[in-house]
Amino acid sequence: MTDLLPIIALSLRVSITALALGAAMGVPLGAWLGLSQFRGRGLLVALIYTGMGLPPVVVGLFVYLMLSRAGPLGAWQWLFTPNAMIAAQTILAMPLIAGFVMAAVMGVDPDLRRQFISLGATSTQATLAVLREARTGVVVALVAGFGGVISEVGAVMLVGGNIAGETRTLTTAIVLETRQGDFDRAIALGLVLLAISFAINLVVMLLQGRAGVVKS
Amino acid sequence: MQKTKLFLMGLMAFALAACGPAATPTVAPTAPPKPTDAPKPAATAAPAATATTVKGQAGVPGVLTIATTTSTQDSGLLDVLVPLAEKALNAKMKVIAVGTGQSLKLGEDGNADVVLVHARAQEDDFIAKGFGINRRDVMYNDFVIVGPAADPAKVASFKKASEAFKAIADAQALFASRGDKSGTNTKELEVWKAAGVTPGGAWYSSLGQGMGETLNFSNEKGAYTLTDRATWLAQKGKLSGLKVVFGGDKIDQNPDAILFNPYGVIPVNPARYPQINADLAEKFAAWITSVETQKVIANYGVDKYGAPLFYPQSKQWMDANK
Repeated sequence: MTDLLPIIALSLRVSITALALGAAMGVPLGAWLGLSQFRGRGLLVALIYTGMGLPPVVVGLFVYLMLSRAGPLGAWQWLFTPNAMIAAQTILAMPLIAGFVMAAVMGVDPDLRRQFISLGATSTQATLAVLREARTGVVVALVAGFGGVISEVGAVMLVGGNIAGETRTLTTAIVLETRQGDFDRAIALGLVLLAISFAINLVVMLLQGRAGVVKS
Repeated sequence: MQKTKLFLMGLMAFALAACGPAATPTVAPTAPPKPTDAPKPAATAAPAATATTVKGQAGVPGVLTIATTTSTQDSGLLDVLVPLAEKALNAKMKVIAVGTGQSLKLGEDGNADVVLVHARAQEDDFIAKGFGINRRDVMYNDFVIVGPAADPAKVASFKKASEAFKAIADAQALFASRGDKSGTNTKELEVWKAAGVTPGGAWYSSLGQGMGETLNFSNEKGAYTLTDRATWLAQKGKLSGLKVVFGGDKIDQNPDAILFNPYGVIPVNPARYPQINADLAEKFAAWITSVETQKVIANYGVDKYGAPLFYPQSKQWMDANK
């Protein structure tokens, strides 16, 4: 399987980039929703929860139409490139991360933030302190986001096009091998995907273990 | 082979089991109870399910499982034939439309009762290995090369498909390949071989997708591709950036016999899988090659596209029209 390494590399590149972009938006959004009370918050939270269950193919369709030649962003020429896949996966990862971060932040004792503020911390500093306190939950959010994007197939197939050596990921390769009846290759690719997922979950578990020790 | 597969699947199940707990308890320490609709990170289960296969899906009484190519579905022919077949045979038709490669694999594994495909060399191999019996010609159409209207590689001037492909390679013009071992993909590789070109490089995109997706891709990117004429005629209304650059407007204008595209029907060998619906499969093969059904095929698409999408070719039809 000489073509396996580029496939793994692309899967990781797309998923990690999408995760980073999703986190850059999702973590602040989740923290804000978890810490503040305002009119319409309920609606936003409901939207985030809906976003956590967005059907990937629908996101793929949306991104496809946006980036299609005839679409509003057609001039970017992103369709059938890794950029299009990153865009779709960012849309999928962002609400996942925001939702988990929100839940984690809401679990931190509200007095903590008040204490920080009364001790002279700025609002941003106090929020960062709360996030630090909820770091396990934040890590869970990132793992959930990563698990969601690296195992996703519908959207990356639609907007990436499954081009060999360019936009073929582990998941789209599995679909292709299954379609061609090469079940052994499909299973091997599935094992690689599972191994990556497992390794990442393991690292997170270890990190959490350490965090637990530091706290006690 | 079978043993390795089972072992790998077991390993996968183990890996899945190992993945689960790592994700779930992480929620406990600081986070409050999760909303019930929050998805768990264990979504990796999905691809594992895709990769597994269940033997002997065919063989449900009164249900015929037909494995066929995307072209018969994308062209709309099946939408016409399936209801007629269900009525004539008094049975339910379950159609799995995939590439020829997978169609034959479905038959090989006993997951289909009958296959309707178009890749003669692979079909002969299928029969030689004892997976299928009694292949019959059903119909034919042809392949055409479509590409951007401007025709940057100037392929329209050639009389041989291989020369056209050579010109595309020489010009490094974009070319989209199905890349999925389908009948169309097999034919494409045959033409490349005839052209003496090993395709590859930035200009050559191997998609691993169906004809519809590949045509959409070519339309978006301004790429050349090889397509069966039926799918092209059925979808060209949505493909404003493309035109036929080689193969002419009608099948009798196609200058190169290499682009001829015959379809065959092959019942799966009941000696290998006694549980398949051999009786119904044989009845279907007889039905689709009957003069009456062949007439339906001959007329399909004439009102909509001005020309048939497929031309009947069964022995019964040929005998009746001598």
